[in-house]
Amino acid sequence: MLALGADSSPEASSYFPSAAAYNAGPDGYLDLIVRARAALEIPVIASLNGSTVVGWVDHAGLIQEAGASALELNIYRVASGAAVTGPEAESDCVDLVRAVRARITIPLAVKLHPHFSAFGALARNLHQVGADGLVLFNRLYQPDIDLVRLRWYNDVALSTAQDIRLGLLWLSVLSGRTPRLSLAAGTGVEDAPEVIRYLLAGADAVMTTASLLRHGPDHLSGMLARLREWLEARKFSSVAAIQGLLRDTHPDAEAHQRHAYVDSLIGYRGPYVPGDVGASTRLAGLV
Amino acid sequence: MSAIPSTRPDKAAPVTATMDGNTAAAYVAYRVNEVCAIYPITPSSTMAELADEWAAAGIPNIWGGVPVVQEMQSEGGAAGTVHGALQSGALTTTFTSSQGLLLMLPNMFKIAGELTPTVFHVAARAVATQALSIFGDHSDVMATRASGFAMLSSASVQEAHDLALIAQAATLKSRVPFMHFFDGFRTSHELNKLTLIADPDIRAMIRDDHVRAHRARALTPERPVMRGTAHNPDTFFQAREAANPFYAATPIIVERAMARFKALTGRGYRLFEYHGPADAESVIVLLGSAAEVARDTAQFLKGALGVLQVRLYRPFSVQHFLAALPASVRAIAVLDRTKEPGATGEPLYLDVITTLAQALASGERATMPRVIGGRYGLSSKEFTPAMAKAVFEELAKQAPRNGFTIGINDDVSGTSLAYDPSFDIEPDSVIRAVFYGLGSDGTVGANKNSVKILAEDDDRFAQGYFVYDSHKSGAQTVSHLRFGPEPIQAPYLIAQASFVACHQFAFLDRVDVLSLAGTGATFLLNCPYSAEEAWSHLPRSVQQEIIDKQLRLYVIDASQVARDTGLGGLINTVLQSCFFAISGVLPRDEAIQRIKHMIEKTYGRKGAGVVEKNYAAVDHTLEHLHEVTVPATATSLLERPPIVPASAPAFVRDFTAIVMAGRGDGLPVSAMPVDGTFPLGTAAWEKRNIADSVPIWDQELCIQCGQCSIACPHSVIRARFFEAERLTDAAPATFKAAPVNARGYPDSRFTLQIYVEECTGCGICVEVCPAISASVPDQKAINMAAKAPVLEAERENIVFFETLPVNDRALVDFANVRGVQFLEPLFEFSGACAGCGETPYLRLLSQLFGDRLQIANATGCSSIYGGNLPVTPWTTNRDGRGPAWSNSLFEDNAEFGLGFRLAADMHGALAARLLRQLAPQLGEALVEAILSAPQIRESDIATQRQRVAELRRRLASMGEAPLVLDLLSVIDHLLRRSIWLVGGDGWAYDIDYGGLDHVMASGRDVNVLVLDTEVYSNTGGQASKATPIGAVAKFAAAGKRTARKDLGLQTIAYGNVYVAQVAIGANPQHTLLAFREAEAWPGPSLILAYSHCIAHGFDLRFGMRQQDLATASGYWPLFRFNPAMRSVGEAPFRLDSPRPHIPMQDYAYNELRYRSLASSRPAEAAELLATAQASVMEKYRQYETLARRDGSRFQPDAPAIKG
Repeated sequence: MLALGADSSPEASSYFPSAAAYNAGPDGYLDLIVRARAALEIPVIASLNGSTVVGWVDHAGLIQEAGASALELNIYRVASGAAVTGPEAESDCVDLVRAVRARITIPLAVKLHPHFSAFGALARNLHQVGADGLVLFNRLYQPDIDLVRLRWYNDVALSTAQDIRLGLLWLSVLSGRTPRLSLAAGTGVEDAPEVIRYLLAGADAVMTTASLLRHGPDHLSGMLARLREWLEARKFSSVAAIQGLLRDTHPDAEAHQRHAYVDSLIGYRGPYVPGDVGASTRLAGLV
Repeated sequence: MSAIPSTRPDKAAPVTATMDGNTAAAYVAYRVNEVCAIYPITPSSTMAELADEWAAAGIPNIWGGVPVVQEMQSEGGAAGTVHGALQSGALTTTFTSSQGLLLMLPNMFKIAGELTPTVFHVAARAVATQALSIFGDHSDVMATRASGFAMLSSASVQEAHDLALIAQAATLKSRVPFMHFFDGFRTSHELNKLTLIADPDIRAMIRDDHVRAHRARALTPERPVMRGTAHNPDTFFQAREAANPFYAATPIIVERAMARFKALTGRGYRLFEYHGPADAESVIVLLGSAAEVARDTAQFLKGALGVLQVRLYRPFSVQHFLAALPASVRAIAVLDRTKEPGATGEPLYLDVITTLAQALASGERATMPRVIGGRYGLSSKEFTPAMAKAVFEELAKQAPRNGFTIGINDDVSGTSLAYDPSFDIEPDSVIRAVFYGLGSDGTVGANKNSVKILAEDDDRFAQGYFVYDSHKSGAQTVSHLRFGPEPIQAPYLIAQASFVACHQFAFLDRVDVLSLAGTGATFLLNCPYSAEEAWSHLPRSVQQEIIDKQLRLYVIDASQVARDTGLGGLINTVLQSCFFAISGVLPRDEAIQRIKHMIEKTYGRKGAGVVEKNYAAVDHTLEHLHEVTVPATATSLLERPPIVPASAPAFVRDFTAIVMAGRGDGLPVSAMPVDGTFPLGTAAWEKRNIADSVPIWDQELCIQCGQCSIACPHSVIRARFFEAERLTDAAPATFKAAPVNARGYPDSRFTLQIYVEECTGCGICVEVCPAISASVPDQKAINMAAKAPVLEAERENIVFFETLPVNDRALVDFANVRGVQFLEPLFEFSGACAGCGETPYLRLLSQLFGDRLQIANATGCSSIYGGNLPVTPWTTNRDGRGPAWSNSLFEDNAEFGLGFRLAADMHGALAARLLRQLAPQLGEALVEAILSAPQIRESDIATQRQRVAELRRRLASMGEAPLVLDLLSVIDHLLRRSIWLVGGDGWAYDIDYGGLDHVMASGRDVNVLVLDTEVYSNTGGQASKATPIGAVAKFAAAGKRTARKDLGLQTIAYGNVYVAQVAIGANPQHTLLAFREAEAWPGPSLILAYSHCIAHGFDLRFGMRQQDLATASGYWPLFRFNPAMRSVGEAPFRLDSPRPHIPMQDYAYNELRYRSLASSRPAEAAELLATAQASVMEKYRQYETLARRDGSRFQPDAPAIKG
């Protein structure tokens, strides 16, 4: 865009000062890392978003050089091509992590969407090629349809506290089963209750963006205070004391999860239509 | 950022760089000054821009301080600031050209009179006379030669670098101010390799004691003195002579500075540099870049030929001149790049004559050589070796002509010398490459890159020069690149290329791209056909030229390769790779490595992905680049179509078409209007066909609202209603029409015709169309689609459309957008940027008042797309009436337009007086009706036209009595003339603010339309006082820190000026209302029209939406202050847009001018955005307060002046 109209007219070789290009693009991000490190005492974790091995892996090295304490590799890929098989999509992720690992020595976390057929094995493979942790989960961008204009409606729908359940499930399953693979949870964290839930399910770290976008940065200190209150009220001495307390420790997690699913259906009581006993009956019939 | 001056202590290793003359000069100027007072003007703007950018980046001068760079409101202001800074002891400079230099003239006399050291760096440019020209000659610098400034001339990029420093050293020593100048464009814009002056050498040239002496002369209350006194006849004259010794000493000072410079750098210069044998008999004397041409030609011709290059022109050292000129010389031709009408010769000629005559008279010389003077190169007209040769040949004649011209065909006064254009002196070792591209396809950028990269090698030199046409959309570019083993000193275009590339296949139909190809050259064609098919798709004349010149033809489908490798529409890497591979500039394998290296360097910052894509493009390119076997005969049936059809008017055929075809250099003097007067309506003949996709109308969906038509920046959407019965068999099958959807017109049809050949494909019409299909996604009543499939059909449709009657203005409702679409635009098909935000206002102006419109147009974008040859978009209606348009200057347009009014008022009164005198013969009733006619509404105007026509008829029968003839000479003024002063914000807010203010205070009936892009758009986006806070612009590279000037509020303060702030994209109805009210108001009117612009940095397709957001955010509230409201008891100030209802950010951050600051300086950007938001809210509150006031709370409105 800076080159808009450039070199087209004898009177104007460009329409913007060339300084306008400074720090735009990747350089600006590196500069942000440098400034953040200088300003903060806590570790600064950089994020790198990509989908293929080609093109940007070198940038991971630059991020490390800029001083990032760790890197979150955000693998955003909707494997929509009919020719791409599940194993291929997974092995691409593994290749990517391997390539990035080869460029950096700082801790590397991988952020993925949950739509893999066997997430447990993928998690293990990623760990084997150098991922130090996983971030659960990437939410695929999900557009809506505008029925008036007959067009896709593109917006960012922030996650809500309702969205934590998938993360809870996978945390509870993965937690403790791949030693030394750190797990971060990051969807639907609105306030302290979600933090607590994720911790109980086995998260090593909990992340939030949506709540800060909604309520501003000060929300964070309130959230921490409420976490502390809860821990104190329950006489827990630290976060570590609750971390993984409710993780799925059943030796056959798969059977355990299915059992839980069946229980949930049987126990379902429809919220609507008083007197209608059909819903639970129908569902019970299905299982 | 290009070429940042850097501290390089290591002077042992000379560092070379490739840069243009502006950069080369600014590099030094910035380093040796403390204050730069600047103002943009082509072609010098780059110097000022660089100074501003370097200062914004904190680059220090040689003393470690960062110079202060201050943009001023005009060159006059810059000169005043320079003067003041100098008087206060700062080392101060400025950069300018042409009119800018003339605006500095009064201060130059003062600065010189006060013996104040400074250097003005000037990219010399033509001064506007019969026409404006942005191109280079010496008419500006020669116009200042009486100022007392020393004048030092550079002939090349290297000289511009070196003499900038020599001038600075000399001015500090001599106290005489210097003008250091070089040829605009030819030197200022030529890329060439040069050796940079090392910092220690710069430092060594500038003596600290001279700097301290300058400071010591500064005004200070500690040792107060006064300067700038006024003298009486008793003392002024002597005081004027008191400085003579300083001028007498200056040549020696410059000579010594040059000697010192040589000792430091090894590069030597002389005041008068003689090139040639010591016994030369014929010598050309000249200055500037042409000296290189003359010198090399003389060397090539061998013989007793010499060239005397003038470097220090003022003070003119007779002694040095005579010492440099061989005693053997018998004939001298003095070449001036300027014209002094009525003089006995041009300036340099007169100096040479005087010098030699004095030498003869004093006995210093025994004989007087024959001396002839000639003019060359006005407005960057080429000066080639062939022309230099012709001058030498003229000198050899028995009776050579004095006052000759060279480079043109003067068939009127017979001044021109004939020359043989095929004469060529360039050695075969120089690879000469010419590229034809579009401004938008990246050709020039890629070529600049090639020059810089290839010149990095120690053993290679390179030169790049770029020629653009005058359109701002779809502009054709021609790049001239030279590469060779020796320094390239050839300041003229390539005439015999060894490599020609045509990056756009469509050019083959319009331009003779092979005219510059030398025998055996390589021709690279970007071609949508395979190597096998390509030949048969070439026009026959192109085939023949390929055969005749024995060219090697290579083809590539660059667009396909670019698409295949993920580069989208960017074909520059692909074609650049081809050039590297086949031009012979490097061995092929090495060339490929180099281009990859170049890609890494160019795109590395954009991420490895971009690099990988471009790498892939290079490899893919070589696989798809094929040589075509050239057959022995031309077999094509395709002929190049005529530039304009035979039906075009004679002037268009004989003049305009020649210029359009790029053959304007061949037009003789007799083809030219003698006084700069041109006909209108020529843009319609251009048929540029620059858009690949064009709007297609869906008549079923259309609600006939007129939004597309009023938004179209290029006037290509035309609506008409007509009787259904006209849809006969004569109508083409694809001609579309729909029943008029208003009640009461059952037998009428509505049509919307798209002029597809003139469309730029901007897409604005689609974005503003409110009619959406209920069943087809993304379908509107107007949609973009490929042009090629509809082109032929639409041509036929247009022919039929033009047979439909133009809608009677009396039947059109002027009061709404829907009605206005039926008014014929008298501004059409301009070469403005695709999606321009200014042109819809001008089109609307022409629709409403065009047939009685007189426009004073300030210099700027609107004067360039409005009046730059070859064509003008201003046109006439079928009666031959239309806008009478003129451009005076940038700095005087308000005053110029007021002059229109005064003359119109005077002649209107004269006509009325004569009418009364002739009333007995003419008929009292008619006379009274004419004199008392209201002329506000269109129906009033139509009736008055009929009365005036009747008057003409009656006068025609009254013979040739003086009163009758007098009345006929001013009869046009009986129809109320609509006088509009049009210009951009640079004009209205800055350079002519004082004039505009005065005109607004005059009470006269003039209408001002400010096309407010909030930057100097035409010169490349420099900040004006209309630039909003927080926006990045040139001269505000760190974001503008002050609020935009509220010109509207300032003008409202007068009380009797109609003021409106409009945004056609936010509310076209409001714009329409404001235009009509302003025109109807019998006093001054001012309309501030929001104009989105390419310099805002967003896709202009969404220009109207951005306008809407600007208003929705409260940044651009719509209002009208109408003094007439008082007479009906209404409040005069109407706030016409709602309270801000979106944050400023939602509007501003769609644009790069705001967003780029958020990337580069996030904290400052956030702060500026917060300030901007607060300012918007407060401004709206102010307006709300005004809107609550009744008429008594504004400055009382005195009666308007009657003409």
